[in-house]
Amino acid sequence: MTTAVLLQALAQVFDPYVLWVILCSAAFGLFVGAVPGLTATMATALLVPVTFFMPPVPAVASIVTATAMAIFAGDIPSCLLRMPGTPASAAYTDEAYAMTKKGQGELALGAGLVFSVVGGLFGTLVLILAAPALAEVALKFSSFEYFWLVVLGLASAVFLAFGDPLKGVVSLLLGLLVASVGLDNPAGFPRFTFGNAELAGGLTLIPIMIGMFAVSEILRNVARIDQPWEMAQARIQNIMRGMWALTRRYPLAILRGSALGTAVGALPGAGADIAAWMSYAVSKKFSREREKFGTGHVEGIIEAGASNNSALAGAWIPALVFGIPGDSITAIVIGVLYIKGLNPGPTIFMNNAVAVYAIFIVFILANLIMIPLGLAAIRSAKHLLRAPRELLMPVILLFCIVGSFAINNTVFGVLLMLGFGLAAWLMEENGFPVAPAILGMVLGAMLEENFISSMIKADGRFLAFFERPIAGALGGFTLLVLLVPLARAWLRRRAATRP
Amino acid sequence: MKVHDALTGAGLAALGGVVLWHVQSFPAMPGQKYGPAWFPGVIALGLVVCGMLLALRARSAPWLAAPEWLARARPRAAFAAVLGGLLFYVLAADTLGFHLTGFVLLLLWTRVLGAAWRLAFPVALLATVLIHLAFYKLLRIPLPWGIFERFAF
Repeated sequence: MTTAVLLQALAQVFDPYVLWVILCSAAFGLFVGAVPGLTATMATALLVPVTFFMPPVPAVASIVTATAMAIFAGDIPSCLLRMPGTPASAAYTDEAYAMTKKGQGELALGAGLVFSVVGGLFGTLVLILAAPALAEVALKFSSFEYFWLVVLGLASAVFLAFGDPLKGVVSLLLGLLVASVGLDNPAGFPRFTFGNAELAGGLTLIPIMIGMFAVSEILRNVARIDQPWEMAQARIQNIMRGMWALTRRYPLAILRGSALGTAVGALPGAGADIAAWMSYAVSKKFSREREKFGTGHVEGIIEAGASNNSALAGAWIPALVFGIPGDSITAIVIGVLYIKGLNPGPTIFMNNAVAVYAIFIVFILANLIMIPLGLAAIRSAKHLLRAPRELLMPVILLFCIVGSFAINNTVFGVLLMLGFGLAAWLMEENGFPVAPAILGMVLGAMLEENFISSMIKADGRFLAFFERPIAGALGGFTLLVLLVPLARAWLRRRAATRP
Repeated sequence: MKVHDALTGAGLAALGGVVLWHVQSFPAMPGQKYGPAWFPGVIALGLVVCGMLLALRARSAPWLAAPEWLARARPRAAFAAVLGGLLFYVLAADTLGFHLTGFVLLLLWTRVLGAAWRLAFPVALLATVLIHLAFYKLLRIPLPWGIFERFAF
């Protein structure tokens, strides 16, 4: 990175307009994160129509800032209401609430804030170091390598999602099927359009995402509308006290949480929520005070709190370098990047270096301003959590309508949002994970295109997918990821049937 | 709403079957093995297999289980109002225009979710005006006016 590029990037970020956008997005993210039932992904989906009319850097900055704030702010209602503000806090909600009940609410909130910042900065550092290095390698990739990368991403989405792998596969297949609608295929043949002009261009992803992440969440919310929220602790002071002692006591947990979170974030299909669950489990497994977990012990909160924020930055690594989203937030972000002319791929670091480094700077800035803004949010938690749901949900719904209309300026977008919102709600009710479907929709075209062009190059020989060294290694690794869970399931079943 | 896995599985397999049948009509690419039918064909085959697996390993459960909140009046009304309201927007917005439809929907939703009239009315009005200013005026999204076209401002 040359100094000139860095200076230009700094100048772009520290422009008054961009700083103003960052500040507003931070407030928006804190609010969305702190209100249970509104998620970081939803915040991203709601921001998209607004970003349309911004230059690239503030557009991306608003999403980066809002999501970082939202993932931290999700800890606030965990501590005070025993309700995760976003799914990423769900792993340690009971633990945080138990701490509040013991009178350690300040410690839990402080740990959530401080170690979110540490995790976020760690993930950002890895992003800054790893993404350009990876891009150097990726410049040599051909359709064979990209094909395996996409398959690997889809496979990890299925197997990293919690619950039933078979239902994960079904979800993925449905997503891929949706992706195959329209003219956008190597043959340019209109598939499943039934003569409808709206379908010819394929199903637009943004209204679908607004439906799957916002409308389905609102449906779940209104189904609980008659259950009141009860706050455990009203008075909060001295949030930062004891944080340095915690850092010195649990350095390994902080490092491990940040590293695992970044890695899980970088794996396609798994984001902050799965990172937090995994880190909480790891923390419990390796803790010297395992028996204290579940009774209001801060160790797991530190590790998982660092993990979910580091996952956010980790998810940007494959998104920027390969155009493969690392989580559901970057699945939306990739769409925004294309609209803004920042097409993801290894060449983004050459063609749009200034914008990329501006994004990196925004990541650092967002995590740094999280401390003062987060403190303010915690102090005003009492008011935040009294947000009247009966007024909030309708306004968000109208916002969703405008957002899904604004992409193509047709009411068809609203219909898509409604259909996919209902579908996502039904899927979750029946244990079908939504993330694989999203990944299928985003990556479907890339999968088909790279497969067909590889096959044309190789004249139809399947073995060609293993002949280039990197493609061969990726292919072998992918097959391993696919086969190991199947083999394990088979062994378990054999063990179960034996007398 | 929980649907029995056997029912879901059968539905998915049927969907796969229909897609498989439909892609037969797609043209082949001359001189090439993999035409436009290939990719959706593989997906459909996967759906048939997964649907059958899902149906085969399904445990006994009710065919359709209503969620517990369906028994309570307020969540039931709220859920129906959200879905019905969105559908109403799709059908009516181009005729009635965004402003009227949006305002009416906000009133409906806030009332059904339990807000008092003295809150519901000003919030609905204010939110519609703010969205008009932010999205129509500032961001220039052509929200439809419908029958109020001549009053457009």
